Amino acid sequence: MVQTKSSAGFEAGVKDYRLTYYTPEYTPKDTDLLACFRMTPQPGVPPEEAGAAVAAESSTGTWTTVWTDNLTDLDRYKGRCYEVEPVPGEDNQYFCFVAYPLDLFEEGSVTNVLTSLVGNVFGFKALRALRLEDIRFPVALIKTFPGPPHGITVERDKLNKYGRPLLGCTIKPKLGLSAKNYGRAVYECLRGGLDFTKDDENINSQPFMRWRDRFLFVQEAIEKAQAETNEIKGHYLNVTAGTCEEMLKRAAFAKEINTPIIMHDFLTGGFTANTTLSKYCRDNGLLLHIHRAMHAVIDRQRNHGIHFRVLAKCLRLSGGDHLHSGTVVGKLEGERGITMGFVDLMREDYVEEDRSRGIFFTQDYASMGGTMPVASGGIHVWHMPALVEIFGDDSCLQFGGGTLGHPWGNAPGATANRVALEACVQARNEGRNLAREGNDVIREACRWSPELAAACELWKEIKFEFEAMDTL
Amino acid sequence: MKTLPKERRYETLSYLPPLTDQQIIKQIEYMLDQGFIPGVEFEKDPTPELHHWTLWKLPLFSCRSAQEVLAEVRECRSEYSDCYIRVVGFDNIKQCQTVSFIVYKPGTSRY
Repeated sequence: MVQTKSSAGFEAGVKDYRLTYYTPEYTPKDTDLLACFRMTPQPGVPPEEAGAAVAAESSTGTWTTVWTDNLTDLDRYKGRCYEVEPVPGEDNQYFCFVAYPLDLFEEGSVTNVLTSLVGNVFGFKALRALRLEDIRFPVALIKTFPGPPHGITVERDKLNKYGRPLLGCTIKPKLGLSAKNYGRAVYECLRGGLDFTKDDENINSQPFMRWRDRFLFVQEAIEKAQAETNEIKGHYLNVTAGTCEEMLKRAAFAKEINTPIIMHDFLTGGFTANTTLSKYCRDNGLLLHIHRAMHAVIDRQRNHGIHFRVLAKCLRLSGGDHLHSGTVVGKLEGERGITMGFVDLMREDYVEEDRSRGIFFTQDYASMGGTMPVASGGIHVWHMPALVEIFGDDSCLQFGGGTLGHPWGNAPGATANRVALEACVQARNEGRNLAREGNDVIREACRWSPELAAACELWKEIKFEFEAMDTL
Repeated sequence: MKTLPKERRYETLSYLPPLTDQQIIKQIEYMLDQGFIPGVEFEKDPTPELHHWTLWKLPLFSCRSAQEVLAEVRECRSEYSDCYIRVVGFDNIKQCQTVSFIVYKPGTSRY
């Protein structure tokens, strides 16, 4: 310890973090916010010192002591590293558990929580890499967040759809369609039996299709499909914009034309914008679909960044009725147990700690509404049995190419998916094992559904086999 | 190649061929196994946004067998043969409706 004693009694200098911030004897309180980090210390840095540094730099600490430390009660405000354990199977990685007192955080602000927990500390020199694996939000803090605008059960009631996953499709090509042609593609999908269609995430308001034109043509498509099929339809109208004012203006127009659901990109748009939009949606009866562009930049590396389960939890607090969560079976494969771990964190009210599924803390949501997981990307009718088996009813399955790529067009493509879905739900309810008999169930339905037969002919029983990136 | 005909649908299981009695029984048994409370609803000319169809009697709170529910569907059908009929299910723990599927459309011979 380097220090100089001044005559007034303040000891300036640099102290080891562990003297203040490593407290293995500490028992976390129910009101503490807990975090688990995966640390890779620089060579020569002891794990306890690294853990203490993480706790310090993400709460009250600075690299040197300052005299104003003496004007506060550090014991009341400091984060505490209360446990450090080696990561099984890794050479120089440690799980570091930190407890933060409740008073460190502003009520109802995900932005504030993340600014503290994943702020400067991620560039800290003593660490080679750092990843935030999980957060336990205390109930006292949870209760300051509104959560999803509606939640899964209210969404179902509004849509009048029960006992099955919802079906969606992203309209392609991603960019370049005129508003009217786009509306036609939407109408054809919806009349064929999909519940929802979706704007691609990068469709905002470009020269080839301004947002207001898109909203109007799409709404006409929704209303026509709804009248013809006698089922409630929707299209995720993307209101993501360059400013919050513009975002809210588009949301207000969506409400004015009476559309049921809008969409936002929560990471590129930011948590503050997302929470603002979510509150608007609750106040105005709009469902809110959340896309996750940029997530892989943050969550893909195993040793650095933020795990998606943390982003998903934060989104549930900030507010969103749907959130993309991977497919397990499609081209963007994630390890099944880990994926279902964060799917539970999105839609269940109480989730127990389970390391095998990547859940480091028991989380009580205290009756906050659930966010519906959306499985999207590279999936088609032959994946349907596995998707129904894995995700269950409270999910939204989105077949983009798997609908629009049908040889007869969007409407028959949509029907093929809807028939496959209902055949799987019926079979599951009759006690058949979808994992084992799934392909038989699809083949049987092909006998009376020419649309499904054509889809099955085109895609055959393709398997996607990439090694999962996401393991513990 | 075929153009998809325009056809009115009635939500879950309405894209399947009309369910046989045996198939309806199995769906109801699944619902009972989940601990849901079955009920029967009917409506003459339902529109998509019509959330509340008319309830046939009351939900079958202490129902043990799917046959009981099917008997109610039959009775409802004979009294309101010009109405659509669906079986619904309630979860009193999650406090919400969890099941709804169409079992009778007027003008078709089977349930």
